[in-house]
Amino acid sequence: MSDVNKPMPERGDTPDFAKPGSLLHWLDKRLPLVETWNEHVGQYYAPKNFNFWYFFGSLALLVLVNQFVTGIWLTMSYKPSAAEAFNSIEYIMRDVDWGWLIRYMHSTGASAFFIVVYLHMFRGLLYGSYKQPRELVWIIGMLIFLVLMGEAFMGYLLPWGQMSYWGAQVIISLFGAIPFVGPDLAVWIRGDYVISDATLNRFFALHVIALPLVLLILVFLHIVALHRVGSNNPDGVDIKKVKGPDGTPLDGIPFHPYYSVKDSVGAVAFAFLFALVIFYFPEGGGFFLEPPNFEPANPLKTPEHIAPVWYFTPFYAILRAIPDKFLGVMAMGGAIGVLFLLPWLDRCPVRSIRYRGLSFKILLTVFTVSFIALGYLGTQPATPTLTRLAQLFTLGYFSFFILLPFTSAREKCKPVPTRVTYHG
Amino acid sequence: MREQKTVDVDIKRRRMLVAATGVMGAIGATFLATPFVASWEPSERAKALGAPVDVDISKLEDGQLLTVNWRGKPVWVLKRTPEMLATLDKVESELRDPDSNESIQPPYCKNNYRAIKPEMFVAVGVCTHLGCAPLFKPDPGDADLGSDWPGGFFCPCHGSRFDLAGRVFKAVPAPTNLEIPPHHYRSATLIRVGEDPKEGGQA
Repeated sequence: MSDVNKPMPERGDTPDFAKPGSLLHWLDKRLPLVETWNEHVGQYYAPKNFNFWYFFGSLALLVLVNQFVTGIWLTMSYKPSAAEAFNSIEYIMRDVDWGWLIRYMHSTGASAFFIVVYLHMFRGLLYGSYKQPRELVWIIGMLIFLVLMGEAFMGYLLPWGQMSYWGAQVIISLFGAIPFVGPDLAVWIRGDYVISDATLNRFFALHVIALPLVLLILVFLHIVALHRVGSNNPDGVDIKKVKGPDGTPLDGIPFHPYYSVKDSVGAVAFAFLFALVIFYFPEGGGFFLEPPNFEPANPLKTPEHIAPVWYFTPFYAILRAIPDKFLGVMAMGGAIGVLFLLPWLDRCPVRSIRYRGLSFKILLTVFTVSFIALGYLGTQPATPTLTRLAQLFTLGYFSFFILLPFTSAREKCKPVPTRVTYHG
Repeated sequence: MREQKTVDVDIKRRRMLVAATGVMGAIGATFLATPFVASWEPSERAKALGAPVDVDISKLEDGQLLTVNWRGKPVWVLKRTPEMLATLDKVESELRDPDSNESIQPPYCKNNYRAIKPEMFVAVGVCTHLGCAPLFKPDPGDADLGSDWPGGFFCPCHGSRFDLAGRVFKAVPAPTNLEIPPHHYRSATLIRVGEDPKEGGQA
């Protein structure tokens, strides 16, 4: 426990609250509080050139907390049965004190979650944060993304509206496309031959217990794995290579107080925008909560136009673009699965886009444009023209992953500096 | 201290114990997993709700579509006009499975009309792609579906198209024709959905 008596960075002596005889000292003898705090916060050296893009990791954590708290409160009034679910949501919205706010915080929080996670992932693409030695950080992050999609999908069934019902019908039927076992698998997932009370009840269990637990464990691993290898930065420079006389990176600053303060500013700005949406556009113009979901589920009538919530539409557009059931499902699954392989598909040693060649910039632009275009097309009805466009952008999406191994191997990169820089 | 202890460790014995425990544990875990996996199967109650339903078609007019609930799924009963029936032969070259070889229907409905009586079309109104309920679009040249639309069913989810016998067109996501449920006529105006005709009964 000599660590305890080591001077803390930026401070002279051991603070009073950690001295022998103090409560912290007593606790620290029994639980590695100071050591953990120092390793992950107090003496975790992060590069000093973090920019705007680096807000989204901590914001994702903030939204996670929001979802947990509002979710727990919602379960106090929600009834997970086909007969009562829709009415219990209306009850929450109309009769429960502040129920409308808690419910909107949760439903809007789901969209906010995907906004910050998509931006967080895009940051990873920009600065090569998926590359050696952070492959595992990326893979755990992708698993978080997968679980998050499962969480969102199952949560969307719970209000038991028209879009809940038919969205779930379509997504569960995807499993039916798997050869041989598919149809039985779909029945097994539903627990019935159609989406029913059994499906709703089990989705509730998975949504409020099983997946949140998995999510929590994965987020923990994501952060621990990141802190093992250290944070990347907009220059993609390894700050551990240049250390000062005290053994800490010259281009690093302790997470606390520097980034805890920076992230607090981000959190307040985010909370401001989030509150604005909750109070003035809680349905997000039909993108966060879709109009047909204000009608109770009707198993006999599909809404005239069904589309998933906006964060699924890019993948949904890929599914629709392929005129074959099995191949469509494969393409949609592949669009997500191929992201896992990214650390090995990109063979360029340079991380940050600032020093990468033209070929990567072009590919990433094509990928980003395709992703956004597919996201738009997924919200639109499938007319022949739009289907053609969706096929084109599906090609654009996959071309990033197919071409990258070839272009990145012979990419002409700019020299990477040894120290971090400041521009923008 | 530690090294002294390891001197008389019987590695073979340890390996044997670990292997035996591992195998037994794996078998036990499989047994233990069974109830958890099996509890996701449809319950006895869900299975029991598959009873047949009777549909009275006496008030059905020409060209009218009636939707009934059978096992939680929409089942259509469509009284086709002679004009509608005439379209069926014309579209055959545009269909993926015109003879319904890959599709699900009872043997007594495996014909061009996919029906027991040509004018009376009974089908499960669930798209074979991903399970949406297709829309009834009987008018040829429908404004949304193009001037060459012969009349049929259109799935709003992913754009699959079916003719008026539920046969799927080429180049759409749905792989097979719409399913025809087992059904039979209890009388001239009463169809029982969910039950095959009895041997020698009225088919």
